[in-house]
Parts: sequence; structure tokens; C-alpha cells
Amino acid sequence: MAAPLTLLLILAVTIRAALYRSSLADLIAERVEVVSPLTAWKRVVEGLALLDLGVSPYAGDVFHETPLIIYLFHFLVDYAEITFMVTDVITAVALYLAVKDYNKQVFRKQKYALEAERYPLDCLELIRSPKEMYYIPLKVAMFYLLNPFTILSCVAKSTCGLNNAVIALFILTTIKGNVLLSAIFLSLATYQSIYPLTLCAPALLYLTQRQYIPVNFRRFSFWWFVAQYAFMYLGSLFVMICLSFFLLGSWDYLPSVYGFILSVPDLTPNIGLFWYFFAEMFEHFRLFFLCVFQINIFFYTIPLSIKLKEHPVFLIFMQLAVISIFKSYPTVGDIALYLAFLPVWSHLHRFLRNIFLVSCVLLACSALFPVLWHLWIYAGSANSNFYYAITLLFNVAQVGRTVTETKVHLAASVSGFVYRSCCLTVT
Amino acid sequence: MTGSQEIRAPDLSLLTIQQDSQYDFLFYLNFICSQSASLIKIFLCSGMPVDWLVKTMQARGLEVFTQTFSRTLPFPDENKERYMVKGTNVYGILRAPRAPRTEALVLSAPCTQGDHNNQAVGLLLGLAQYFRNQIYWAKDIIFLINEHDLIGMQAWLEGYHHTNTTGMDWSPLQGRGGSIQAALSLELSSDVITSMDLVLEGLNGQLPNLDLANLFYAFCQKIGVLCTIQGKLQRNDWDSVSGYSHSVQTMMLMVMKQASGRPWGDHGLFLRYHIEAATIKGINSFRQYKTDTNTIGRLLEGMYRKLNNLLERLHQSYFFYLMPSLSHFVSIGYYMPAFGLLAVILLLRALDLWVQLASPPPGTEDGVVDTEQMWSPDVLSVLTPLVISHLTGVALYYLPIHFQKMALEHFPVSDTEAVVLTAIAVYTAGLALPHNTHRFVSGEGTEHGWRVLKLVAVLYLAVLLGCTALINFSLGFILALTLVPVAAFVTPHVPKVPSAFVLVILSPACTLLFSVFFFQELQEVPISFQDGWVLYLSVISQGILDHSLYGSLVYPLIALLVYPCWLLFWNILFWE
Repeated sequence: MAAPLTLLLILAVTIRAALYRSSLADLIAERVEVVSPLTAWKRVVEGLALLDLGVSPYAGDVFHETPLIIYLFHFLVDYAEITFMVTDVITAVALYLAVKDYNKQVFRKQKYALEAERYPLDCLELIRSPKEMYYIPLKVAMFYLLNPFTILSCVAKSTCGLNNAVIALFILTTIKGNVLLSAIFLSLATYQSIYPLTLCAPALLYLTQRQYIPVNFRRFSFWWFVAQYAFMYLGSLFVMICLSFFLLGSWDYLPSVYGFILSVPDLTPNIGLFWYFFAEMFEHFRLFFLCVFQINIFFYTIPLSIKLKEHPVFLIFMQLAVISIFKSYPTVGDIALYLAFLPVWSHLHRFLRNIFLVSCVLLACSALFPVLWHLWIYAGSANSNFYYAITLLFNVAQVGRTVTETKVHLAASVSGFVYRSCCLTVT
Repeated sequence: MTGSQEIRAPDLSLLTIQQDSQYDFLFYLNFICSQSASLIKIFLCSGMPVDWLVKTMQARGLEVFTQTFSRTLPFPDENKERYMVKGTNVYGILRAPRAPRTEALVLSAPCTQGDHNNQAVGLLLGLAQYFRNQIYWAKDIIFLINEHDLIGMQAWLEGYHHTNTTGMDWSPLQGRGGSIQAALSLELSSDVITSMDLVLEGLNGQLPNLDLANLFYAFCQKIGVLCTIQGKLQRNDWDSVSGYSHSVQTMMLMVMKQASGRPWGDHGLFLRYHIEAATIKGINSFRQYKTDTNTIGRLLEGMYRKLNNLLERLHQSYFFYLMPSLSHFVSIGYYMPAFGLLAVILLLRALDLWVQLASPPPGTEDGVVDTEQMWSPDVLSVLTPLVISHLTGVALYYLPIHFQKMALEHFPVSDTEAVVLTAIAVYTAGLALPHNTHRFVSGEGTEHGWRVLKLVAVLYLAVLLGCTALINFSLGFILALTLVPVAAFVTPHVPKVPSAFVLVILSPACTLLFSVFFFQELQEVPISFQDGWVLYLSVISQGILDHSLYGSLVYPLIALLVYPCWLLFWNILFWE
């Protein structure tokens, strides 16, 4: 499988290199769907310029990325394009290896269940053969690398690519079972944008199950493991925060990065849900709605973890979807990361009743974003309502797809393990 | 100003100002360029009497500036007979006496050689003098005389807004007037007129706010000047068949003009910068009741006083409308559902194909494995037509201009003809493709294969038509009318020859040919087939020129997106 993967990597790198050299690169770097105030390359360059002048890069409310990123680019600014291409390659390879390992475990579980005759006879369609599962890791890598969203994000040099790489490495280390590295990568991801904190729950669930520790609140071994993980996670987070402090010599990155993500002061339109609401809101209610919107992202962790505790990898996928829909400054790069996971559960797609509608809506909305932006900003014939309508439709379609995937996955897993007929009629 | 004055201009005929009892001026200016040898020399040297204009405007108390520009067209423009264009724009700014200089209005008149627009410049200068003496101006007024009509206007607007989207060379503007709120462009070829024609269609089918059109019409009615749209007068008998068909004809003319994506007056380029603008043409036909320049002056003065009182940009009324007459309009809420219903046809066909594809295949032993295997070769066989169609589209976009030199060496045609004939040749060569594509992909296509390709093509067409209809409704609607029936019914199993004929008849190129004839019919100037063909070739060349000069999107849209989509359906027809 190394040969097709290498071919795919070469193809992906060629496409990105070709686009970097064309005149589209500047055009793409300005699109609000692809870059946000957090991830724009223009702002990284501004921050670097301020750093070179000896001023804090966070002065003037331009730069909102973490100090480690600015120091990384301090050394790599001349090789920025190569850095982003390498980042995409790392993400794809990490996802490839992670899915390969996951497939092996799934296949093993399936074999045991088959031998124990726990599958009813009419569930044969749900059973995956080794042949299909052989191609899934390559498909995952392909879905990530050749996704137009990823290519746009890479060509725009959005730091979202770096976030995706860290999350992909976190997923790889979690699935391999390496507790320390998983905690370190998760803390790095949280350090960059706060929302991956919700991925703690699926990571814990997966690692405890992998080590055969029963997930039971009354058992000491469970809490001991949780304490270990929390210690490693919080420890590495603490180390990174202190390192940032010593790098820059002040604490002013905390309000600029985390304060910015949580309090959403910049209302540039993007594909998220925050900007329009907060543009229309009265000051009096701003704090209340801010809390509501931010809690919304963290809130789904609890019910999803309870319901999906047998399927922690699916839970990771769901959490990534929830984060990229509801975060304060989403971009298409975030969406590309969770879309890459679709082939892993492709055997369930036959049962998704509205997949056609949802895919059509997503496709149409992606095409309509630049059209309505042009009509609003350049032609002046439309206004922000039109653009927000498309944003809403886009997010509703994503949410719809996420919900039906969960429903079908739960139904399939339940019917697979309980001795009754397959509920192909998923209501 | 009382009394009459005579101003002697070098080698020009007498210019007289007469006194009018109600208003203080009547400015009568007559450019008779054929009379004076030195004036011909001025036109030949500089094309426009720049120095005289500068002096005249300065004499009227305006701040005068000039801008030079130059542009080499990708190939000669045979309609306007220009290739390497050099010119100068002259503009004078009337500063508002008591207001901060933050907003401006523009009155422009294109200055071309010959008699075409000779009265407009005179009227503009007369108005400038009159406006200078008034105290109620709250916005600066910029009197612009642009050379080489649209090219000069593009240069001026780019200079004013510090953008450079079309690669023109222009000198920076020395004087500015703040953000422009509205603009009017004058075209007047005779000193008396019978009606004023309002032209609204701008670049890429953009229209000014309906309030501007309503304002102009209301003023015309108040002053008693006949106002027309699309050159047609309004009728009062809405209920009769002939009255209704007259309105339909007017509306269809507007649809045709909007679909072409060209600016139909100098105002068309303002709209892109979010400036409401319209062109006012004076028409002198064989009517008894004539309106003189004085009345036109009063009309324009009234318009500008109204625009002067604007507190914010015109945005309250519709931006998307079609006008069957000046007192009736069809808003987007009425015409979009028609388009929506056409798009629904495509979506239903896509749904039908999806259901056919997703239904389980006829029973085999290891059913699961077979379905999975069938997917990969079909994806490849779908990808090949897609890539080849788009490469043909790219060839249609690039080859006509870039291979112009090569075409000139081999064929005895002029530059423009070379470009247009190359475009037609590439378009026709694309029709030969399906047979080659299938030899390229090993094995024949399967039943499954063409369904997947048709699903992709139908969804692609639906999204493309939707986006086009949002930006330029008329273009999207015309393309939808011709492409949707074809897209819905084509399969490899329909009879090949009649379907191929229908598919070619409804392809974008033939639609354009029929539209040319239809447009001429609507304007009540029907033409013969030969003239129609020549007009068709010139329309294609104008389309390519508009794209490179002003950034019109019609040619790249059709070449890069609509034509490859149509080729996919051609491919499906010849799938076996």
C-alpha cells in the first residue's frame, strides 16, 4: 500500500505547488470562507514583522495565533509553502496509519463476533470484508488530500492546516494506544484552539477500553487512569503555556488568543454562526449569548459520550464535526478534517436516507458562498442576510448529516450485536 | 446671467447664450467638425479638443484635471475600428460651496469623433456653468468627458477607485471628489429631441436601483418630455392583446440586453463600484412635438437636485427587476420561481438517477464485494469525460486569442475573423470528442457508468445555472430554457440522430445565433441570414473583447463552465 500512497502524496503536492505558482493564490488567500482572523497568513506575517521590530506581536489586535506558531514561522517564513505542504502530508499519513490500525481492531472484533455467532443472518450486508477494508486507509488519505477544501486551505496558507496536523497526530497516537503522546498532542491541540478539549472524553474512553479497564465510575482503576491522563494532559499544557510566557516575556498572549476565541470580538463574516448574531445583538445581552454559544460546543460531549461509549473513534469523528460546525471562527479547513473520515463508515452510507439531499445542499452552498459574497460586497445588490442564509443552510446540512450518521451507526451497532433482524428501516 | 454672450472658439462656429425667461441660460453649442480644417487636425492629432475643453471648463469655475490612458486591444475591434487606443479624459469638479467634500455626483458625456454625441458635451458645459452659480449643492459634481467611451470610462473609474483589474495603463487622477453617490451619462446627437431613452443594463447584467429609473420617469412626466425604454413608447392598453405583446417585447429586449453582459451605455461600468448610474439618450425621430435643449437642461438640473438631496445611497428599491414598461416592473420575487421550477426538473432527474443507482444490483453470490468493485472503475470512467470536457473548455477560452498569429499565417482572414473563427472551430471540434474518449478508456461504458456521469452532469448544471441566475438572471434563464430539457431527456438509449440534432440546436452557440436574430426582430429591424451571420461573428468578437477590456463574465462562463457541461451531455448521448 506504500506505492499508491506515495503516488497520492506526489499528486497532492503537485496540485498544491501548481496552485501556489498561479495567480489564484492571492485570490484564495483573501476569501473569508478559507481564512479567518485566527488563521490568516497575512496576520502571521504582520505578527512576525512586529516581532522583528521588538514590539509584542499581540499589540494592535492583528495577530491571534499562539506564540509557538510565531516562533515556528520565525525560522520557517521563507519556506512557508513547503511547510504547509508538508503539514498536509503529515496529516494524511497520520490519518492513513490511524485508520489502518483502527480497521485491524474492528476486523478482529468482527471476526470474534462472527465466530461467536452473534450476528443474525440477515445482517450480512453490515459485515465488511477484508478486501473493502484494505482500501479504506488509502481512501481516507485521498479524501483528505484531494478535497478541494483542503487544497484551498493549503494554498491560502491558513494555519488551520497546522491545527489539523496536530489533531491527526493525536488521533494516530490515541489509536495506537500511546497514552503519553496522546496527552501531549491533545494538549498541543487545545493550546492552539480551545475546542479540542472536548476530545478528552473519547480519548479517555478509547484508551481505557484498549487497556481493558472497565468504564465504571465506581472502580478505582478507572479513576486512577483518568487521573494519570489528566496529569499528563494538564502538565504538558502547563509546560506549553509557561514556555510561551518565557518566549515572549509577557502574558498578553492569553487575552489575545484565548480571549479572542472565547469572546468573539471580530465579526468578519465567515461560514460560522456567530458573526451575524453578534452583529445584531444588543450589548446588554452579549455576554449571555456568548456563554450560550460557547457552552453549546462543549455541551454535546456528555450525552454523546454516554451514548457512544462503545464507539470512541466514531465519537471522535462526531466531536470533530461538532467543533467545526459550532466553533467561533470556522473555515473550510476544519470541515475537510472530519470529511476525511467518511470512508471509514462507508458501509453505513447505504442506510443514510438523506445523504443525497445533504450532499447536494453542501455542494450548492459551497458554490453559492462566493456568488453571494460578490453580490453583497461588490455588486451591492444583496446584503448580509443572503450570505448568512447560505451559511445557515450549509451548517444545517452538516448538522443533518452528522445526526443521521450517528443514528445509523447506533442502529447498525445495536442490530449487529443483538439477536434480532437488522433494522434496515431506520426511523 | 442676463444678456447674451458670444464666445469665439478657435475655428468653431458661433456659440450663443440666449436668455430664457424662467431660467438663466440656454447654452447652444454646435460642433461641426467637418467645417473646419483645424478642427479636423485637432481630432486627428488628439481625438478630442482637450485644451479647449480644459480652458472652457476653467472659465466656468471648475477645477479641471485630465487623465491619459492607453490600451492595446487583444485584436482589432471592427465595430468601433480601434486597436491601439490612446486617449485623454477631461473632468471638472464643481465643489459644493458649504459642504464637506465627502460625496460626489457624476455627469458624463462620451466624446467621440464625428457627429455622434456632439450636443451632449455642449449641454454638459452649459449645465456646468449654470450649476456653478447655485448655492444648494451639498455634494461635489464631477463633469466628466471621456474619450473612447467605455475604455476611457473604465480608465477613469479605475483611477478614481485605485483598482486595476483590466491591465490598462492610465495616469493617476490628480483631483477627486469623495465617494460617488450616483452618475448619469448623456448621449445627445441632435439639438432637438422627441423623446428621451433610458438605458439601465450594465456590465454583467447588473442594474441600477429601480428608484433611479422611477425618478427619471417621474421627472420626465412632470416636465412633459416623452420617456421611452428600449426605444419603445409606453402604451396604455394593457388589457388588449397587442398592448400586452408590446410589453412582452419590451421586456424580452431587456432580457436579451441583460443576458449579453455588456454595458449598454457608459453608465454600465459605474454599477460595479456600487454607484447607481443610468444612461440617458436623446432620440430624434419623426414626431411633430420636439423638445429643445433647454428643457433637457431643466430635466437634468431637476434630477441632480434630487440626487443632491440623497442622505444615503439608493438602496431602498429593487436591484433585480425586469421592466415591461417604465411604469411597470417585474421583481425578483415574481421571476425567480420560474427559474426555480426549471432547476427543480434537474434536481428531480438527479434524484431519480440516484435512486436507480442506489437500488441493489440484481442478485449475485457475493453481492457486497461486487458492488464495491463496480464503483472504482466507474469513478475513473466518469472522471475522464469530465477532465476532457473541461480541457476543451480551457482550449476554447485560451486558443482564440493566443493562437491568433498562427491562424493569420495559415488563413487569409483578418485579425478579428481569425479569433472568432478559431473559437467556432474549437467549439465544433469538441463535438468530435465522444468517439475519442471511448477509445481512450479501455472497454465500453457500462449502464452504471453513464448514469453516474449523468448524475454528476445534471447536478453540475443545476448548481451552475443557479449561480448564474443569481448574478445575471437573464443569462441564467436563457441557458436554463435551452439546456434543461436537453439535460433531462438525454440518455444513450434515445434515437441518436434526432437527439444529436436537437442537442446541437440547443447548444450555447446556436442559442446565441437564434438570440441575435430574435433581438433584431424585437427591435423591428429584421435582417437577412448573411447579415445575421456577420452580426453573430461580431457579437462573439465583442464578447471576447468585453471580457478582456472590462471584465465581463459571459465569455469565460460559457467557455469554461457551460460548454464543458454541454459536452458532458453530448458524451452521454454517444456513450455506447
